[in-house]
Amino acid sequence: MSELTLGGFPLDLLALQVVTGVALGAIYVLVGIGLSLIFGLMNVVNFAHGAFFMMGAYVGVFLYGYTGSFWLSLVAAPLAMGLLGLAVERVLVRPLYGRGIDDPLLLTFGLSYVMIEAVRIAFGLTGLPFGAPPELRGAVDLGIGYFPLYRLFLIVFAGIVVGALWLFIERTSFGLVIRAGARDPQIVQVLGIRISRVWLAIFGLGCALAGLAGILAAPLQGVTPEMGIPVLAEAFVVTVVGGMGSLAGAVLAGLIVGIVVAMTSLIAPDMTKMAIFALMALVLLVRPRGLLGRAGALG
Amino acid sequence: MSAQTTTPVGAAASPAASPAARPGAGRTGRWLALASRHRVALTLAFLVVFPWIAPYQALAANILVLGLYALGFNLLFGYTGLLSFGHAAFLGGGAYGSGIAIVHYGLHPVLALVAGTLLATLIAVAMGALAIRTRGIYFAMTTLALSMCVYYAFYQAESFTGGENGLRGINVPSLSLPGFRLDLLNPTVKYYAVLAVVGLAVWLFSRLLSSPFGAALEAIRENENRAQACGYDVRRMKLVAFVISGALCGLAGALQAIHLSIVPIETMHYSTSGQAVMMALLGGMGTFFGPFVGAATFSLLQDGLTTLTSHWQLFVGAIFIAFVLFLPLGIWGEVLARLRRAGW
Repeated sequence: MSELTLGGFPLDLLALQVVTGVALGAIYVLVGIGLSLIFGLMNVVNFAHGAFFMMGAYVGVFLYGYTGSFWLSLVAAPLAMGLLGLAVERVLVRPLYGRGIDDPLLLTFGLSYVMIEAVRIAFGLTGLPFGAPPELRGAVDLGIGYFPLYRLFLIVFAGIVVGALWLFIERTSFGLVIRAGARDPQIVQVLGIRISRVWLAIFGLGCALAGLAGILAAPLQGVTPEMGIPVLAEAFVVTVVGGMGSLAGAVLAGLIVGIVVAMTSLIAPDMTKMAIFALMALVLLVRPRGLLGRAGALG
Repeated sequence: MSAQTTTPVGAAASPAASPAARPGAGRTGRWLALASRHRVALTLAFLVVFPWIAPYQALAANILVLGLYALGFNLLFGYTGLLSFGHAAFLGGGAYGSGIAIVHYGLHPVLALVAGTLLATLIAVAMGALAIRTRGIYFAMTTLALSMCVYYAFYQAESFTGGENGLRGINVPSLSLPGFRLDLLNPTVKYYAVLAVVGLAVWLFSRLLSSPFGAALEAIRENENRAQACGYDVRRMKLVAFVISGALCGLAGALQAIHLSIVPIETMHYSTSGQAVMMALLGGMGTFFGPFVGAATFSLLQDGLTTLTSHWQLFVGAIFIAFVLFLPLGIWGEVLARLRRAGW
C-alpha cells in the first residue's frame, strides 16, 4: 500500500491526514453548532462565542490543575460556560429583543472584550501550556499509520455529543418546541409556551458547547486569552459554508473545514490559515446560501 | 409571516426599530437645519481649533486620522445599514500601500497616499463582491472572515510588509510641494497637513451624501426590498458604497502610515475592525459629525485608561455594552435627538 502515491505524497499519509482533519473538524463542528443553534432560533449572532470557547478552556485547564481529573474538567467547563451564557442572555441580551438586528451582535462583541480582559486579569497575559491527560496520551495503529490517541478520542467524543444533541432535538418534547420555535416563535407562544425560556435555554446550550469545544481544543494548542479570536472567524466560516442556522450544515462544514486545514498544512503549510477563507469565498461564489441552505431552520 | 420577522430580533427589519434610522428622521428645527446645511464648514472649523483643545498634538492627529477611518466606516454602517467587521483590511491596505510605496519605491508622499488608497480600493472591490452576496446578519460574519484572510496574506508576505514586525522606516520628515516645503517634524504643521487631506475627504463625503446616490443608500438602509422595488440596483449600489467606504478608510490608513512612520501588523487585525465599530457607535452612527466624536472619545478613553490600568479593554468593553443597552444613538446622535426634541 505504501508505494502508492498521489501528488508526491504516499496514500497512507494522505489518509492519515484526512483523519487528522476530522479530529480538527470535531472542534469546528462543536463551535459551529453552538453558533448556529443560537442564530437559528434567536437570530442572534453571538460575537462572544470565541470568548466562551476561550473561557471554557481556561476553566477546564484551571480545574485540571486543581483536581487532576480531565473528565471533571470536561463536565465543568461546559457547565460553567452554560451558566454564564444563561446569565448573559437574561441580563444583557434579553433587553435587546425587538430592537435592531445588529444590537445583540454589537453587545456580545463588547462582551468579548470584557471576557478576554477578565481572563487576562485572572490568569495573566501569557497563556498556559496544556497537554493531553496521561490516560489519553500515546498513539494507536489505525492500519495506515499511528494516530494520536487524544485526537481519536476527540472524534469519538464529538460524535457522541452531536448524536446526543440530535436525539435531544429530534426525539424529545423540548426538542420539538425548539424546532417549532425556530420556525415560528409567535405561534409557539400562542400555544402557551413561554418562548423566552426556550431562548434562554438555547443561549446557555450554545455557550456550553463553545466551552466544551474550548476544553477539548486545549490539549491541542494550550490556552491563551486570545485563542478565541481566530476560532470566532473560523466558526463564521463554518456557518457560512454550512448554511446559517442549519445544524446538519454545521456538522458537514465543520468536517470539511477541518480536512481542508489538515490537507493544506501538509501540502502548502504557509497557506493553511488562508485556505479556510478561500473555501468560504468559493462557497459564496458558487452557493451563497451555504451547502445545506436554510429551508427548515434546524433541518 | 416570514421567518425573518418572527424571530426575536428580526423585528428590526422594520425601519422604525432600526436605531440607525432615528437620527435622520423627525422634524428638524431651524438651527439644526442651518447647521446641517453648513456641516462641512462647521466640522472643519471644529477640526481647525481641535489641536488647541486636545491634551497634546500628536493625539490630535491620531484622532483626526481615526475620525476619517470612522467616517468611511459610517458610510456603510450608518448610512447604508451594512455592519462590516472587516474594515481593518482597508485601513491596513491603505497603510501598507502608502508605506510600501515610500519604503520600497521611494515615492513622493502625495503619490504614496494615492497608492495606499488604490490598494485599499482594490481590496474593497474583491471583498465587497463576495460579501454583498450575503444579506443581513451574514454580512458582518463574511466581512470579518474575509478581512482575516487579507490579514494572513499580508502577514505571510514578509518581504514586502515586514510580517509580524510590521513595516518600519516610513520616514517623511518634510513634504515638498511646488512652491513651498512643509516641515512634518513640527507636530502643528503635520496636523494641518493631515487636516488638508481629511478636509477634502469630508467635503467629498458630504457631497456624496447630498447626491441622489446618497439618498438611495439611505433608502436601502430603511428598507432594502422597497428600494429594490423602486427600481434601484440595490446590489450594485451596496458594492459601490462598500468600495467608497473602503477607499475612505484606505486614505485614513495611508495618512496613518505617514503619521506614525510604521505600520504594525495589528492595523489589519480584527480588533482594528472592531475599533471602527466602537468609534461609530460611541459617536453616533448615521450622523455626519459623530465619527469624529467617536474617534475622540475612544482615543481619549484609551489614553486616559492606559495611564490608570493595563486592563483598559475591560472598561472599553463595559462602556461599549452600556452604550448598546442605554445609549444606542451614541453621544452625538443623542445630542442631536435632544436638540431636535427641544425644537432647535
